[in-house]
Amino acid sequence: MARIECPECGHVEETTGLVTICPNCKADLRNVMAEMGHRRETLREVTGDDSMTTHEFIVRTKDLHKIYVMGEVEVPALKGVEVNIRRGEYLSIMGPSGSGKSTLFNMVGGLDKPTKGTCFIEEVDMAQLDAFELAWLRCRKIGYIFQTFNLIPVMTALENVTLPMIFAGMSSDEMMERGALLLDLVGLGDRLHHKPYELSGGQQQRVAVARSLANNPAIILADEPTGNLDLQTGKEIIDLLKELNEESGVTVISATHDLKMIDVSDRVIHIRDGQIERVENRADIDLEVGTLGV
Amino acid sequence: MIKGELAKRIYKSDTDWGQVQRQITLPWGQAARISYRNVTMRLGRAMITGAGIVLGIAFLTSVWTSKVAQEGITAYEARSATAISADETAIAPGAEEAKAEEQARAARQTWLVVMSLMVSAVGITNSMLMSVTERFREIGTMKCLGALDEFIVRLFLIESVVLGFIGSLVGALLGHGIMLLVYVAKQSGVAAMMDWGQMLVYILIALGIGIFLSLVAAVPPAMRAAQMPPAAALATEV
Repeated sequence: MARIECPECGHVEETTGLVTICPNCKADLRNVMAEMGHRRETLREVTGDDSMTTHEFIVRTKDLHKIYVMGEVEVPALKGVEVNIRRGEYLSIMGPSGSGKSTLFNMVGGLDKPTKGTCFIEEVDMAQLDAFELAWLRCRKIGYIFQTFNLIPVMTALENVTLPMIFAGMSSDEMMERGALLLDLVGLGDRLHHKPYELSGGQQQRVAVARSLANNPAIILADEPTGNLDLQTGKEIIDLLKELNEESGVTVISATHDLKMIDVSDRVIHIRDGQIERVENRADIDLEVGTLGV
Repeated sequence: MIKGELAKRIYKSDTDWGQVQRQITLPWGQAARISYRNVTMRLGRAMITGAGIVLGIAFLTSVWTSKVAQEGITAYEARSATAISADETAIAPGAEEAKAEEQARAARQTWLVVMSLMVSAVGITNSMLMSVTERFREIGTMKCLGALDEFIVRLFLIESVVLGFIGSLVGALLGHGIMLLVYVAKQSGVAAMMDWGQMLVYILIALGIGIFLSLVAAVPPAMRAAQMPPAAALATEV
């Protein structure tokens, strides 16, 4: 039996289980639970049920530093980056190569650990997560799209899309149905059983988009999704991401130096030398693009 | 391109997941399916790895077959000798020497077997190391999709057991078959003189050694790869 005291109204709930909302004043009790050592359960509550995730910022980084050690030399890739990314936002991280945008992408996606500073996904500190929780997060909360597609070469399009669903413990039938549905959604309904090498670059990236949606993530992280595609195909992928963003409210975070991305982004963060150079909002960009005549 | 209705269906279908939503799994059945697919799709790589096992185990079984056949022949000759010279009490001259020579031969063979197994173990390790290294990116991708470290190890474990089993089965049959042919050519009726129970035990031991070797060769590099941060695994260029 544990005593949970509501920080808002002082209500005391005695329970053996989990209480994430104060029964008296409906205040959020997850932080209280977290402090009491319910870390894993809290994470699951936080990430498992969308109806409760009401945080304004889905991703938040605080004083994020990353230093790569190359032999004797220390190369700083990120120097204190602070970004707040809103739920449902379409955000582009722009910058020249080597500016640190891919590093930021890796930190936000939980693919690498920061040297200093913290990164929160739905207010959960990623540095505090163990291997299982991180895998859980990658599996269900984040969908990844890469420049090089990174499909599993020995698997068909459908198998690639259903792989994250296997990890999520979905039943076989449901998996096949959802996989086919997702591939249909990205316009590859007739290519279910093609291997990656039998598909064009654009089609492979579509499979990757479908795969990123496999477990209905809250965030799609795209690292240069159009980098290996020609102009037209790249535009199609961008449109696809934008449509997904608008239809389902999934947050899209995309590291890119593709100027086509600017058109669809709600916000653009410019990174240079591991620091945020400037942040542009949609309205400002429209103006700028207008003057450029793009 | 996306029909609103379709998108809605996709984003609705998670509501009935219920309890399932709280886990991360890779059932053995699915793991076996993926591993099998990996072996069959990368047959060239699998065959190179397998070849090391085949050769090592073939040599091992050929030596053991020769041993069993030789023992069979010796026992047969001993039986006929006692039948012929049943009433001769004196031990045949040179029996001591023959025994010493036999012992030296056995020691030489053991040495050869150990050496050849070590050489093939190095070969298998090298081949497995290569096959893990060229799949770093794939491993990283799987981890991005939510795979735990042990899923990766499990996949390679199944793969190396399958490769080890098939490789050593082929190797055992090959080594045994060839050596048996040699002995049949040398002395007809050798098959009847051999202790087949003993031979079977040797072949099973050879299978075990083959599987063990390929496991030992594959799992450490797979574990190392599985423990890499996904970003590092994804960044590797092969």
